[in-house]
Amino acid sequence: MSGVFSANRAKISERTLRTDRWWLQPAFIVLVLSSFIVYATFRAFENDNYFSGANSLISPFYSPCLSKACVEGASMVGTPIGILHIFGATVSPSLFILLFPLGFRLTCYYYRKGYYRSFWMSPPACAVAEPHKTYTGETRAPLILQNSHRYFFFAGLVLNVFLTIDAVLAFRRPDSSGQMHWGHVSVGSLVLLANATFLWLYSLSCHTCRHTIGGRLRNFSKHPVRYRAWTYVSILNHKHQNFAWISLFGVAFADFYVRLVSSGSISNFFFF
Amino acid sequence: MARNLNMRIWRGNATDGGLENVVVEANEGEVVLDVIHRVQATQMGDLAVRWNCKAGKCGSCSMEINGRPRLACMTQISSFAEEETITVTPLRAFPVIKDLVTDVSFNYRKAMEVPAYAHPTNLAPGEARMEQVDVERSQEFRKCIECFLCQDTCHVIRDHEENKKSFAGPRFFIRIAELDMHPLDTLRNRKQTAQTEHGLGMCNITKCCSEVCPEHIRITDNAIIPMKERVVDVKYDPLAWLGSKIFKREGIV
Repeated sequence: MSGVFSANRAKISERTLRTDRWWLQPAFIVLVLSSFIVYATFRAFENDNYFSGANSLISPFYSPCLSKACVEGASMVGTPIGILHIFGATVSPSLFILLFPLGFRLTCYYYRKGYYRSFWMSPPACAVAEPHKTYTGETRAPLILQNSHRYFFFAGLVLNVFLTIDAVLAFRRPDSSGQMHWGHVSVGSLVLLANATFLWLYSLSCHTCRHTIGGRLRNFSKHPVRYRAWTYVSILNHKHQNFAWISLFGVAFADFYVRLVSSGSISNFFFF
Repeated sequence: MARNLNMRIWRGNATDGGLENVVVEANEGEVVLDVIHRVQATQMGDLAVRWNCKAGKCGSCSMEINGRPRLACMTQISSFAEEETITVTPLRAFPVIKDLVTDVSFNYRKAMEVPAYAHPTNLAPGEARMEQVDVERSQEFRKCIECFLCQDTCHVIRDHEENKKSFAGPRFFIRIAELDMHPLDTLRNRKQTAQTEHGLGMCNITKCCSEVCPEHIRITDNAIIPMKERVVDVKYDPLAWLGSKIFKREGIV
């Protein structure tokens, strides 16, 4: 017997004496994250309905589109990756870029708390005994790879730049001859703009960002500019959990909206 | 207004024990420690409970109230529903001595394993100067009252007795962070030893320590995660390591 049932500890047979609904939060996280994983996997492999040239909209799951398999006009910076086939099926362009945001969220300090608690039950909630017999934390493979978070953070920043450009480009509208004109606002442009904003907030509130900006300093007083930047990032960092969720919903909704528009299910409403 | 309160109090020692039911009077404005004292005075004269200041500053009356690690002196009776039974047990991460009193000496052993502040040899006592911004950063960590609720709730040792050998716990991670962030501390291997000797890598950031801290120290966000990032700088990030070699600096100045 180990843990709270160890021989020298108070003899209490229950794993926890908590009387509140401590299971609610982990159950909710399992539900929401599982739903997102199912939807994102479906969309990543769908390889269709991710770009609407007439509305200047591209799904965040497919941007930047780097494969020669991308539909015409979807690629912003060229297509350095050729068309790959696995078991006769074309590899979706989404798979070449989703690795980075996936890695960023998977190694994120907030999501780690979320999935360690809810999926791995280590622990399921505070002062609720976990079911595992042994525990080594993040000291060995594969969890030691959590230390790569900063690399995914920087890759995420690059993707944020692309998604911001996508949002800016969405403020265009083609005339009858196909010529694009700036200064138009549609629901789609606002959705992409909101998505990019949420992703920037999520990235800038990241603990690694906080460390890089100034947290690694030993002497704040010798680096007043970095110290000031660190205080601003620290303010955002307080809300990192909120930004993690908002940006997750934001990116899923942006993709869903682009899918509806590009598949012709709805038309993208232009305010002007 | 006084009311009768249903309680379950754990009574026993290291070999045996269990929850005992008791009904005790509770008055408006009282805290759990008040009613435990009333039980002690009127019904269980030999009930063992550790306490001192009754003001949330000494950290003595740590126990688990309805399964949650809390200070008995800071837990208002009014925070529970009238019909609710309040269950009080000793801290479940440490060996029990008697009733609500546990042996927390594990924490003092771990405290001794953390090297003390190392003052610069070229500065005489009284000559050291620090800017306010540098003081403020570690000031948060010095609010710690050593109630050890964070240690109690940390599943690394609460659920795995065998990890006590190699894991210092959140209370001592804030101590290590405080010293590693200290501009004048000259001991430069705290990051490495945090990982190799104090078990920082075993923490999986589930933030229970921050949730239970009565001083609201942001243990995970301000101490553990920054220390984890500093460990990455010196141990897992080849670019940061290369930078430190090229620029001939530790990376944290």
